[in-house]
Amino acid sequence: MTAVLTVAWKEFRDGLRNRWVLAITLVFALLALGLSYFGAAASGSVGFTSLGTTIVSLASLAVFLIPLIALLLAYDSIVGEEERGTLLLLLTYPLGRVQLLAGKFLGHGAILGVSTLVGFGAAAVLIAFAAGDAAGTGLLPAFAYFILSATLLGWVFIALAYLISVCVSEKSRAAGLALLVWFFFVLVYDLGLLGTLVATGGGVGRDVFPYLLLLNPTDVFRLANLAGFEPARSYSGLMALARGHALQPAALTGILMLWVIVPLTLAAWRFRRREL
Amino acid sequence: MSDGARTPVVGLESVAKHYGRFAALQDVSLDIAPGEVIGLLGHNGAGKTTLMKLILGLSAPSSGRVRVFGLDPHGKQANALRPRLGYLPESIAFYDALTGREVLDYFARLKGVDKRERDALLERVGLTEAAGRRVKTYSKGMRQRLGLAQALLGRPELLLLDEPTVGLDPMATRDFYATIDELRREGHTVILSSHILPGIEHHITRAVILGRGRLLVQGPLESLWRSAGLSFKVRVQGQWQDESWLDTLPARIEGLRRINGSRLEFAVHHEDKLAVVRALLARPEVQDLELAPPGLEALYVHFDRTVSDVPGGES
Repeated sequence: MTAVLTVAWKEFRDGLRNRWVLAITLVFALLALGLSYFGAAASGSVGFTSLGTTIVSLASLAVFLIPLIALLLAYDSIVGEEERGTLLLLLTYPLGRVQLLAGKFLGHGAILGVSTLVGFGAAAVLIAFAAGDAAGTGLLPAFAYFILSATLLGWVFIALAYLISVCVSEKSRAAGLALLVWFFFVLVYDLGLLGTLVATGGGVGRDVFPYLLLLNPTDVFRLANLAGFEPARSYSGLMALARGHALQPAALTGILMLWVIVPLTLAAWRFRRREL
Repeated sequence: MSDGARTPVVGLESVAKHYGRFAALQDVSLDIAPGEVIGLLGHNGAGKTTLMKLILGLSAPSSGRVRVFGLDPHGKQANALRPRLGYLPESIAFYDALTGREVLDYFARLKGVDKRERDALLERVGLTEAAGRRVKTYSKGMRQRLGLAQALLGRPELLLLDEPTVGLDPMATRDFYATIDELRREGHTVILSSHILPGIEHHITRAVILGRGRLLVQGPLESLWRSAGLSFKVRVQGQWQDESWLDTLPARIEGLRRINGSRLEFAVHHEDKLAVVRALLARPEVQDLELAPPGLEALYVHFDRTVSDVPGGES
């Protein structure tokens, strides 16, 4: 366990030192403040309008940004150590492969978790102060759930990044694959689903579609944060499909956790079998 | 360990390692006793790194048996074994963003080594002053010294150093071998790989020569030279009218080459070496004299042929 924490602390400190933590925190905070202030600009006014609009627009942007940040943060975790020559060395220490991966995950997970919490959390507090009564009592719980699901979404893509990192032998390949994975989950998957739905005139698999959405972690995140709010209807074409099948926030959280655990387990399994 | 003197530090029994259809090692048997300094010699791709990986338990042999301090390095006992091993991989880059002290701290914590030992090691490899600088700014020699400090964490009984002097300048190389000599005196067992022979020969107690995944020959270098009947190169510089004085030398010389009017080069057999040198020193014509042992290439060619000649020994 000490070994796992040692690796985790090193990764986290790397994140502090190369300013990942600072950069992600600032981006998230500015994003949250900006969107809550200008979120209703299209309707001709600025300033905090509604909690729904704010969370919905935040979620739609975060769904692009968080996976990308997580993949960038972690894609070279294993293959990078391998190219530096430190992977061989680390594994001659009293440190198992699974322990190494677990330590990395704790470290990277903490980087993303802390940045998300501080970035969005600070924004939420500021909004609460600035908007006063307009924000209502729902603001902090809504933000808390948003932060939780955003953190989980980040962890999903950290786990996917590890899976990439243990499967390739060159850093550049890992980077390429990471971008492909991002592209697939964030853009292609939904487009494919929508395309299929439209092409078949909505006749095929209407019942299956809500479940197909669960096979994409970004859609699970979207479902979790959009479905609960009224403005979401105009924003979320695909999400409307899931209406009626509405899953409870707790269930969606559980599914996101599964999305963390499965790729992480696969990565550990693949890493253990890997010939060095 | 009380039975330390009897149990070999490393015991390999007909070990083979295949990567797919490629045989990286075939039928290697080798025992290493405590306190030995082994020179693991061979060309690139001869199987040196693979052999080290097997001893370190980084990979399992395809067949045969690997034992380190009597334990299986790839099995469940591996974690008990690891604190007793030190490893310096070939051309390691470490973490550019960390300082030398932080790098060593990280590895010390992983190995459960006290922080005070870290500073002593930095002192030992001469990095105390640079310890607060980022590794990015280190020269190749400094990185290698940091790597050595890392390998020495926890005073391991067995040290494996993979091509430790590649890319080092002559001064750094000399310092490095001085440290190896110190380690030998302290009783460490060291396995040192290299693809070149000059420089290493005075610092090892035994040479193990690998070629194309096979153990070609092993033993003290002196006896390898003798058994191979290899010749030493002698270079002579001086003033002479003709070369008739060469006939007065007490042994047969071979491959005489005239570099220019005042320089000659020829070869003598290992057993004639001393007699010839004595005779040369006595000649007034000779002003300078240089003696070069046969290189790894010559040993390699000789023993590779010997092994290939063994029936069934084709590769």
